[in-house]
Order: sequence, then structure tokens, then C-alpha cells
Amino acid sequence: MIAGPSRTVRSLILLAPLLVFLIGFFIWPLFSMMSQSVSDTAVLRLLPRSAVVLPVWDRKSPPTVSMQTALMEDLKAVDDDQALGDMVRRLNSARSGFRTLISKTTSALGNTANPPADLVSIDKRWEKPEFWLAIADALSPLTDRNLLAAVDLGRNAAGDIEHLPADQSVNRVILVRTFWIAALVTFFCACIGFPYAMIAASLDGWKRDLMLAAVLLPLWTSLLVRTAAWFILLQEQGLINDLLRWIGVIDAPLPLIFNRTGVIIAMTHVLLPFMVLPIYSVLITIPKNLMPAAASLGAHPLRAFLRVLLPLSLRGVASGSLLVFISAIGYYITPALIGGPGDQMISSIIAFYATGSANWGMAGALGVVLLVATLLLYSVYARLSAEEPGRR
Amino acid sequence: MPMKITKFAFASLTILFLVAPLIAILPLAFTSSVILTYPIPSWSLRWFEELFFADAWRRAIVNSLIIGTGTTLLATVLGTAAALGLRNRLIFFRGTIRTLFLLPMVVPAVVLGVGMQVLLAGFGLTNSYAGVIIAHTVVAVPFVVVSVTGALAGIDERVELAAQSLGASPTTVFRRVTLPLAMPGVASGAVLAFATSLDEVVLTLFVAGPNQRTLARQMFSSIRENISPAIAAAAFLFIAATIIIALVVVLSRSMLAKRR
Repeated sequence: MIAGPSRTVRSLILLAPLLVFLIGFFIWPLFSMMSQSVSDTAVLRLLPRSAVVLPVWDRKSPPTVSMQTALMEDLKAVDDDQALGDMVRRLNSARSGFRTLISKTTSALGNTANPPADLVSIDKRWEKPEFWLAIADALSPLTDRNLLAAVDLGRNAAGDIEHLPADQSVNRVILVRTFWIAALVTFFCACIGFPYAMIAASLDGWKRDLMLAAVLLPLWTSLLVRTAAWFILLQEQGLINDLLRWIGVIDAPLPLIFNRTGVIIAMTHVLLPFMVLPIYSVLITIPKNLMPAAASLGAHPLRAFLRVLLPLSLRGVASGSLLVFISAIGYYITPALIGGPGDQMISSIIAFYATGSANWGMAGALGVVLLVATLLLYSVYARLSAEEPGRR
Repeated sequence: MPMKITKFAFASLTILFLVAPLIAILPLAFTSSVILTYPIPSWSLRWFEELFFADAWRRAIVNSLIIGTGTTLLATVLGTAAALGLRNRLIFFRGTIRTLFLLPMVVPAVVLGVGMQVLLAGFGLTNSYAGVIIAHTVVAVPFVVVSVTGALAGIDERVELAAQSLGASPTTVFRRVTLPLAMPGVASGAVLAFATSLDEVVLTLFVAGPNQRTLARQMFSSIRENISPAIAAAAFLFIAATIIIALVVVLSRSMLAKRR
């Protein structure tokens, strides 16, 4: 009887290392990415005194003496140029004009021979409540700016959510493009994968093994190798263009690489196994005598297919499509290598913000969008595949 | 009859589409030319020499082996232990824990990469082997868990009970009965973990420094910046390794099937 609890303790001890490892290096990174997307301390870090004074201001009247003194003290205390640059960029994005205003102010404050009495004497713009309003709003350590900007929304001066002007609206285009490419790839995978799985399931012996091996070999091959293979095949002097010219179909090489066509071809090839295998695994559970039964009852083969086989295999098609779609929206390597600048998907933009411009806020916000989309679709997929045992 | 021909043609064309790209690049590994096109002017092994003796490639291969070995050890130990723990049906939140263990396969690599870079930078682990091994282990461990869980599910619990009733202590039962029976699953999990580490690019881009450039990472930037037949030679090695790995996995699975 002691075996029960001691066994549980043993199991927990076995589970604990991986649990701790994944909480530390999987869940925590995801949370720190999310917190990057809402954290906004570029201004607060440098203006601690203003952060005390500004909240009691009525947000309408001209700046008081204590506000000006606090900001002057804060600006004098800044000794980190990079942090100052971050703050200026942050303020300038909220209200244009801050770049010149701050640099003019800091150089005036640096003039120790002739110290300015207050900020308004340095620049008349410090009289305007708008600039103070921008600082007051930027002092909050949390922001929804990045998350809103990830879907091309922003807040206007009154704090209402509105669409960003067209010249700043790039993210929605990329989101739509990501989903569109993923949908096209899913569609082509389904068009090829469904008949392929049906044929494979209808065969047996070495023919079926051959068809399955043809799916498994690319699945097990390195993604990078498959992408490299398509890179080599699709280039202007590549095998496909050579072949088409040799047959005489075309005279000039077709542009197949660094464009949408190449991305779709390569991604369809890479993801096709994820479509074939779920459909196949559903199809082989369908009794083989159903179609003959339908035929013996007088159903035309097409009708028998539409009314018997298709509904029964639909679950496989659905899980395959979800699997392909989920993988496709997160793709980075294939579009980065085969696509042109107009084919970059959301992952590339995240990588650009993170490594290219060190804008962790935007990288995190777009990451949250991609993560939420992926997890939502995955929960649908998990529910779909969990229904499996219930059906048997 | 025309239906049959259509089916045959469709199946053949799809097989061609799936397999031909992988086969088509293999001969290019042996080209003597500096460009990756057919026809091949003459045969040579110069690109394999480049792969093994050029500094960048050789270091990348060594790094891949170091990081792959580290990942395999860590992922296999953590994953096997966890799969053994998951056998107990009395564990609370068993389903949730299992989902958590599998989730790294689902989360887009770039998303994990951004978070990982932020976190590891906090620990001072970016640009270190430890950081890359940790990152690779996160994405490799689900394969070990799945593989070992599958092997454990095939074990008849009565065998273990029999050993226990004959007086074997839990440790002895585990060492002499459970572990040997689960070994094929552990082995194929380890192989899959190594393969995952070998092929991982995105996390490596985010966490690794110039000193931890792996083979996959080197291939990625080589395709991007200056593509040469060294890529085809690397691809040749990868495909050869894949076939060997596939054989190992298939053999260990058939060993498992025979046991049942």
C-alpha cells in the first residue's frame, strides 16, 4: 500500500527536471518576449524626478515651475547617450519635434557659464502642453503602442485607437501576406496530398511502401538541404529552366527564384508530407468494402466518393491542413532564401526588428501576434486529433 | 482503365516532385566548377576538401558536433526521465504537462528565438556553447519524450510486476527490466534529438555568436551571401547522414516491434 504515494513521488522526481528546464528556458523566454512588447521604460528610466511631478499636473494648463525644474534636473543627470537616443526616439514617435527640442535643450543645459532659468527660456515649445502631455504619457512603464502598431493601430492625441496613416501601415500588409502565402501553400498541399494519400491507401505491398517512402525521405531530410536544393533548381541557369528550354516550352528563362512562385513551390514541397501523413492515417482506417457497397447499391463512383469517402476522410484533410497552415505561418528560412523582398513573411519581419534594428518592443509585439495565432490554431488541431479515439 | 493511368501518372509525378530535388543536387557536390549548374564540366572532390579543410566550414562542422552531442545528452536524459514520470496515471495535470512537453514543436522558432535571446542575454549566456545547447535542447526534447513514451507504452506492465513479486527492488526492476525494454525508444529519441540540433538554424541565428556557427547556420549564410558547390557537398553529407539515421530508426523500431 505504500507503493502508491512513493510511486507518485518517484514520478514527480522524474518529471521535475524537464518541467523546471522548460519553465526556465521555454515558458520564461516567451513571457520575457511578451513583456518586451508591453514594457516601455525608455523615458521613465531617465526622468525619475519628472515621473513624480507630472502625474499631479492637470494635463491642460501650461507647465508649472516644479515640472520644468524636475525635467531640467533629469536632463542634466543623463550621462548615457544611447539611453538618451532611445528616449528621444520614443518621444519623437509620440510627437514629432522632440528630436530638435531635446538636443537644443540639452546643449543649452550644458552651458554652465550662462545657465538658463527655465525651459521656456530655452525654447518656446516648452510652453505648449502637447509636449508635456507626450512626456507624461510616455512615463507609464507599460504601453500598448507596440501591440497596436503590430496590427497598424495607434492612439491619437486624445488617446483613442485609430488606424495609422498609410505610410506607417506595413505590418498589416505583411500579416495578410503571411496568411495568404500560408493559405496558398495549404491549398496546393491539399490538392496534391489528398489524391496522393488516397492512391497510397488504395494500394498495398511495395507500391504503397514506395509511395510512403517518397513522403518520408524529404520529411527526414534537413530543411536547409531541401531549401538549398530548390535554390539550385530554380535559379536562372537551374535544372528546371534548362529542362523547359531543352523541351522548347520557353525561350527565355522563367523567373522562378526570389519571387512568390519559388516560395510557394519550395514551401509546398517542404510541407507536403504533413498533409499526406494525417490524411493517409485516416484513410487506412476506413473499411475497404464501403466503396464497393455504395457501388452495389447503384451509386455512381463520383457520387460514392462524394457521399462516402470524402466525408469520412475530411477529418484527416482538416488536421493536415491545420498542420501545414500552422507550420507555414511561422516559416522563416524558406522565404528568407527563396523569396524576394516582397515575399517576406511575419517571421522575417520579427527577425529584422530583433537582430537588424534592435527594436525589441516591436519584435515582441509581432511575436505575440504570431504566437497567439499559432496557439489558437494548434488548440483546434489538438481538439481535432483528440476526437480520434472517441470515433473508433 | 484511363482512371488507372491517371492515378499512375499522378502518383509518379508527385513522387518525382518529392524526391527529384534531393537527388538532383547530389551530383553537383562532385563538380569541378565554381558554379552550381549542369552540365558538370568534370568530376572532382575539391568541394569536399573545401568542406573539411576550409576554416569556416571545418569549424562549423566541429561546432555542430559539439552542440549536437551536448543537445543529445541533455535532451535524452531530461526527456527519458520525463517520459518515465509521465507513465504514472496518478500525476495531477498529466495532460497539461504532456502538452507543455510537446509545445516547443509548435511554437514558431523565430518567436522562441526572440524570447531566448532576451533571456539568455540576461544570464550572460548569449554567444556561448551552453546557450546554444540549451536552446537546441528545448526544441529537441519533445522528440525524445514522444519516442520514449511510445516505447514505454509497448511494455507489458505484468513483466515489471512479475519482477517485483520475485523480490526485485524498484531500482532493479527499472535497471534490469524497464530500461532495456525502453532502450530502442531512447536510442531513436537520441538520434532524432541529434538530427534536430544538426538542422536547427533559426534559434542558432538568435543565440549563437560567431564562434558557435554551426554547419546549418554556415549553410544558411552561404546560400544567402555567396553560394558555392560546397553547399551541395554539405547537402550530400546531410542526405547520406539522413539515410543512415533513417536506417537506425527503422531498425530500432523493428526491434521494438519484434519484442511485442
